[in-house]
Amino acid sequence: MIIHGLVFYLFAAIVVASAVMVISARNPVHSVLFLILAFFNAAGLFLLMGAEFLAMILVVVYVGAVAVLFLFVVMMLDVSLAEIQQGFLQYLPVGALVGLVLLIELIMALGAWTLAPGTLEGQGMPIPDPGQVTNTEALGNVIYGHYVYLFQTAGIILLVAMIGAIVLTLRQRPGVRRQSIARQVTRKPTDAVELKDMPSGGGV
Amino acid sequence: MSIGVDIVAALPEVFLALSAIVLLMLGAFMRELSARSVATLAVGAIGLATVLLYFGGGRGELAFNGLFVNDAFTEFMKLLILIGSGLTMIMSLRSIDQERMARFEYAVLLLFATLGMLMMVSANNLISLYMGLELQSLALYVVAALRRESLRSSEAGLKYFVLGSLASGMLLYGLSMVYGFTGTTSFEALGQIFANQEGLPSTGLIVGLVFIAAGLAFKISAVPFHMWTPDVYEGAPTAVTAFLAAAPKVAAMALLVRVLMGPFIDLVDQWQQIVVFISLASMILGSVAAIAQRNMKRLMAYSSIGHVGFALVGLAAGNEAGIRGVAVYMAIYLFMTVGSFAIILAMRVNGRAVEGVEDLAGLSKTNPMLALAMAILMFSMAGIPPLAGFFAKFYVFMAAIEAGLHTLAVIGVLASVVAAFYYLRIIKVMYFDEAADSFDQPVGRELTSVLWISTVVITVFVLIPGPIVEGATAAAESFFIAAR
Repeated sequence: MIIHGLVFYLFAAIVVASAVMVISARNPVHSVLFLILAFFNAAGLFLLMGAEFLAMILVVVYVGAVAVLFLFVVMMLDVSLAEIQQGFLQYLPVGALVGLVLLIELIMALGAWTLAPGTLEGQGMPIPDPGQVTNTEALGNVIYGHYVYLFQTAGIILLVAMIGAIVLTLRQRPGVRRQSIARQVTRKPTDAVELKDMPSGGGV
Repeated sequence: MSIGVDIVAALPEVFLALSAIVLLMLGAFMRELSARSVATLAVGAIGLATVLLYFGGGRGELAFNGLFVNDAFTEFMKLLILIGSGLTMIMSLRSIDQERMARFEYAVLLLFATLGMLMMVSANNLISLYMGLELQSLALYVVAALRRESLRSSEAGLKYFVLGSLASGMLLYGLSMVYGFTGTTSFEALGQIFANQEGLPSTGLIVGLVFIAAGLAFKISAVPFHMWTPDVYEGAPTAVTAFLAAAPKVAAMALLVRVLMGPFIDLVDQWQQIVVFISLASMILGSVAAIAQRNMKRLMAYSSIGHVGFALVGLAAGNEAGIRGVAVYMAIYLFMTVGSFAIILAMRVNGRAVEGVEDLAGLSKTNPMLALAMAILMFSMAGIPPLAGFFAKFYVFMAAIEAGLHTLAVIGVLASVVAAFYYLRIIKVMYFDEAADSFDQPVGRELTSVLWISTVVITVFVLIPGPIVEGATAAAESFFIAAR
């Protein structure tokens, strides 16, 4: 149990520290690298809770795809965080004031928070026994079984987003020479090379 | 649990989703297929979906584990949405070539938007509500910006996207508050919890309710969440504006009615004052702000804000007559809007689209039939008997009187008098001003047939009110059956 607690605090401390570094690092590439570190440690936290599927998907999707994509974008665009942060101190007082007002309002709203009777008895999906089914199977039952309608809808929404991105940004430029494999393959030596007999010693 | 039963219940939705995907493939892989033929096929798909609506699921049935509901209300509203989408797509068949937006994705995106609207109407869970709404909005943001080379179209798309995302955020915040209070997202469970609680509801719940109302008020463009409407309507291509003004308004209004009259019916004291306020503000602003407009599309935007305000009067009443009023109002609003936009689409001089009110000058001499149709539509919008627009207002105001909201009804009538000014000004410009350049002839079979359908529906409603009123009555009853 003590080891469990120690590992938890290790992961948690690294997540918080690297999250702070993400927003405070001067070099954007360092920011993204710290983000990856935060993802890895969050995955560790998930593992401690027994949510192995979430832990693996976090590493595969966020570290493997999203963070690497971020890294590419940051390197390609050559953004300078110093410029973005320039006006930061100037707006700090106003921002802090707005934040404070919002905080007081939230405390007022949430202070009077009462749950409806019977909420904590759990009206949601029952959590299956981890000894009986694996994480992946339990999630699959919920997503592909109980909530298949929402899952399919989410798929259609992503398809629409993809169509939209293509419609709004793809430009067909005229006069661009594209590679045509078929034309390359059917090309014969006689089309490309012309042999000429030159009389020897005649010069050009 | 069998998935087959669920699919039969959602037959029009499943069919629309599949046909949109098939059309996407056709458009992407068959280069010789023109955008116009893809759009024609899409109109056919909407027609078939309308037929399937009658073979699909029975009334009062839940499907997909309670995420999806079918009853008389969804049937009526889905029929309106499919008619609205179908007619506006028929109108756009010619203009997608004229307006240089001949891309097959146009029809595919509109099909997806229609699918999203149907899902919104059938939502029976906070999550399926949000999913349907987002599918509809996302497709429409893209369509509004479809003419990429036009600065105004891009501005319209961007504005719509940013403000729409803000509204979605507010809606989600409200939904999460409600979920945090009750621990459930199902409409039935929510309704039971609110019915069983004693005393005043908690502050957090009311904050959630207000955020949900604000998010949905944005989607129906009710004041004070209307700011995007004139700019988006003006900037988007006219065919897209026609689409935006018709079916999505009906769907969002149906969603608002479903949420407030369904799970939140026991919080009626809390939401009634919100609805009364946005209804009053929309009626007044829609009537007054339209007076200064010189652009037909902006004018229609303010007109639609006003109409939404009138329809909300019925919801504010919160009784059976009120919901029937909302349903009748949205049905008649749909036909009036589609007809008016058919005329705006016909406003082309020498192959170029014109949008000013003064461009209509002397239309009675250059094209008497078009002028007559416009006059009928404008008289109906102003609410002059015996046209349908009068009865639309009549039903909602009667419901408000019945519910004791006398002030709201009186201010509504006054606002409709103010609004009559700018509708009548259009008629005056058409009939009594010096003739301007005549519009290109002929306007095309598509526009003519849509115009015929809408004007005939509006004129004949006084003689044969049956189909619309009976459908609306059945739709309203579905909210009150359980209560009896």
